[in-house]
Amino acid sequence: MTLMPPESWIWFFEAAEATYLGTMVRNSIWMFPIIEAVHLTALCLMGGAILVVDLRMLGLALGDQSIDTLVRHVRPWLAAGLAVMLASGVLLFLSEAIKCFYNTSFWVKMITLPIAIGFTYLVRNPTALRGLDTSAKSRLLGLASIALWFTVAAAGRWIGFS
Amino acid sequence: MIRSFLQWLGETPWSIQLLESFYVWPLLESSHVLLLALFVGTAVMMDLRLVGVAFRGVPASAFTKRLLLWTRIGFVLMVATGLLLFFSNPLTYYHNLFFRIKCVLLVVAGINVWWFHGRIHRSIDDWDYHAPPPRAARMAGIVSLIVWTGVVFTGRLIAYNWFQCDIQPQSAFVNWASNCEAAVGEPLSGGPLSDGEVSP
Repeated sequence: MTLMPPESWIWFFEAAEATYLGTMVRNSIWMFPIIEAVHLTALCLMGGAILVVDLRMLGLALGDQSIDTLVRHVRPWLAAGLAVMLASGVLLFLSEAIKCFYNTSFWVKMITLPIAIGFTYLVRNPTALRGLDTSAKSRLLGLASIALWFTVAAAGRWIGFS
Repeated sequence: MIRSFLQWLGETPWSIQLLESFYVWPLLESSHVLLLALFVGTAVMMDLRLVGVAFRGVPASAFTKRLLLWTRIGFVLMVATGLLLFFSNPLTYYHNLFFRIKCVLLVVAGINVWWFHGRIHRSIDDWDYHAPPPRAARMAGIVSLIVWTGVVFTGRLIAYNWFQCDIQPQSAFVNWASNCEAAVGEPLSGGPLSDGEVSP
């Protein structure tokens, strides 16, 4: 199955590849791999910050700490990890935007990523900060978060294979 | 000795099938990468607490006792998927410069873990609520953050063939560090080789 937007959108991807940054990364031997490595390092930071809370919501780790305490503590690290992931991700995209346009995994990621970010900042965290104990509700939130972010990450990795 | 074993390993039917498989190898590799979030991710959270820059007010033992299980599960799965990936192409990885650096870093990381859990962690009751914790614990956290970042970087770069032995000429350092003479099967000190002279 392929997932692709209208062919008329291609001008945007051509323009993205032609940008200064896109050209610079594409023409360098070192830059793409190094940016990939930065992207993965930020994945560790962001993934850790998300999973610590999700595992707690599932009742599987850090049981002594309240969920809202953990959400507050990880907030700056989650934001930092996400910011580096977005910045490095944009650079990787600019360097091969046209390939991305024809790549189903890329579109899966582009659809699930805003959903995952929106879910985390508009649903999961606010719910946790209103005061949330380990419950069916917290488990559902933790599970949904892991499922969403897993899809984003798996689709991201698969861009390179397809 | 090592080389002939790895050569034999790489010629076993399972190794060849794994390397050539259309879905299994990419799925293994993807699992290996995604598990970073679980293993390094949870380890980083603990490290940040040990360094004293995050989770102030949360006791350090909450991480070393009530999160460590997940770090361990992540580690076991990363080792399992990593060994299978190595098994798919052993000799090539053996001569890969980044793979070798990664192995050294893994040893350093292992010593750091042993040092922390064997020595520093024993007195955790004395500094459980300290933020920042004692100097030794902060050091263990900093070393861990640096070394695991290095492992992630070198791990990702294994995929690139800039320093591959059968792509000569390489610098004397690369040829030495990757033991390229054994890989290519002839002396490499006599200057650059052309592609035609390189036996795989």
